[in-house]
Amino acid sequence: MKIVVCLKQVPSRDANLKLNRDSTWIEEADIGFEINEPDVYALEEGLRLKEKLGGEVIVCTLGPARAGQAIKEALAKGADRALHLEDSAFENLDAHGTARVLAAAVRRESPDLVLTGLQSDDFGFAQTGVILAEMLDLPHSTIVMEIQAEGGGLRVKRELEGGWFQWIEMPLPAVLTIQSGINKPRYATLKGIMAAKNKPLQKLAAGDLGLDAEALKPRQVISRVYVPQKTAQAEFIEGSPREIAERLVDKLKNEARVI
Amino acid sequence: MAEEILVYAEHQEGRLARPTWEAVAAAQQLAGESGAACVAVIVGDNIGSLAQELAGAGLQEVLTVESPQLARYTPDGYSLALRQVIEKRLPRFVVFSHTYQVRDFAPRLAASLDRGLVGDSLGYRRDGDRTIFVRQVFQGKFSADVEFRGEPPYFVSFQAGAFREDSVQRGRSQAKVTSVEVSISPQAIRTRPQEKFREARQAVDLSQAEIIVAVGRGIRKPENMELAQKLAEVLGAEIGASRPICDSGWLPMDRQIGSSGQTVSPKLYIALGISGAIQHQVGMKGSRTVVAVNKDREAPIFDIATYGIAGDLFEVVPPLIEEIRKAKTG
Repeated sequence: MKIVVCLKQVPSRDANLKLNRDSTWIEEADIGFEINEPDVYALEEGLRLKEKLGGEVIVCTLGPARAGQAIKEALAKGADRALHLEDSAFENLDAHGTARVLAAAVRRESPDLVLTGLQSDDFGFAQTGVILAEMLDLPHSTIVMEIQAEGGGLRVKRELEGGWFQWIEMPLPAVLTIQSGINKPRYATLKGIMAAKNKPLQKLAAGDLGLDAEALKPRQVISRVYVPQKTAQAEFIEGSPREIAERLVDKLKNEARVI
Repeated sequence: MAEEILVYAEHQEGRLARPTWEAVAAAQQLAGESGAACVAVIVGDNIGSLAQELAGAGLQEVLTVESPQLARYTPDGYSLALRQVIEKRLPRFVVFSHTYQVRDFAPRLAASLDRGLVGDSLGYRRDGDRTIFVRQVFQGKFSADVEFRGEPPYFVSFQAGAFREDSVQRGRSQAKVTSVEVSISPQAIRTRPQEKFREARQAVDLSQAEIIVAVGRGIRKPENMELAQKLAEVLGAEIGASRPICDSGWLPMDRQIGSSGQTVSPKLYIALGISGAIQHQVGMKGSRTVVAVNKDREAPIFDIATYGIAGDLFEVVPPLIEEIRKAKTG
């Protein structure tokens, strides 16, 4: 099975995020980056399917130069080769534009299966994978918790609200957006890290993919990013741990009256 | 032709889904401000009575799209059907509630019309002739103002609770119900859904718990769960968790609190090492008193906590257990 896993870099979970100077995004200098967590699960799922069914896993990442680190990590874990979609024209794209770039790259590969994380930890849009399916004219399913290959097609378990699930049968090729918790992601081994250095990494720019500014123009823009106005605020309890414990219990007993 | 605001009405198990009314409230507000007509659309098979129920709200019209191909929800079927409706009606906005189903097909629908969808919006405001939608980014740490570019229709889905069911205006008379013909070939529907089911029997119904101690990534290791268990014991509380804890297998899935787990509303909710991402907040924001312990003073959990402790839970919880024991026995 030929599997393409689309993954992206996001600021590290524990990065100290500050707004940039014109409040259009966060300041990216001096913070760490990591692979978007749902994408880590998508990559692991792709690797497991390859191990079970044979084939190859191709990592596809749209991002600036620093995204090379995420690609290295994916190759070290076991992906066979990578596509790094890098171009100044690819900066500040909305989900629509991002999907268009990914679609152009993925189309050239004609994969059997495309996996993406269900959403990103930065934008939290949860759309790129679905838009990608539409642009590739492929069937899709979202929030997938399990994948079974069955007679040339797939059976996937889709998560619904409130603890419900549903199995969906679908043909290949297809696009799936993967939910966290579907599997237990592996760590890259030292052997994998060494092997990654020799795996093919292809860089693709707008021209290589036949994309121009018109094709990538946004359908929506973020005009401002800001700290949300807090309508209610927590009453912070300060002091030493013992003082905090005493004060909190006093409030819970006499103010909130819950104990 | 007067401008139209089209609102998508979702139904499940033969009933209008509750979030549908929130979407109607949002659409009515958008319509009211600009003097546009508010029109609902419902897709499925044998949905006549649902359409009638919708028609009781203050709407200009209810559109029904019925076909055996649409009897079961599929993203292909619903996208194709709605695309044809939208191409006929050319609404200014298409409004949804941000449900699992909408997440599954609405981005596809918008893209098929070469449009964008602003998803999971908290609301909007007008600024001159600009309509500015608000979304959370970085899991609630920041808010973002988002604006559409290009031509309508503009697609937007609103977060649960962004608009209220009880602000839906009732109609003075039943709205007109119109059936819309669409053409969907069976081959166009590529996925086949099976029956919905629940996983392992739910051993614990956290929705009935009076006190809950919930654990997040800050607990760091499964061995540390014992500390949370001791706190729960002394309080007579149930244990819950944010999703990552259950994903890692440190607690069973039925202890998960959040949009994909249980929704709880205890009189006391203690969040230990939980950042407060939107998906978690949605499951517990109905709690009466919330105590949050987190190292990061900026963590979104503090936006909805009653009492906040910006500190190390491993330092704070042991004396807390003692003080609670004293308070209960003293």
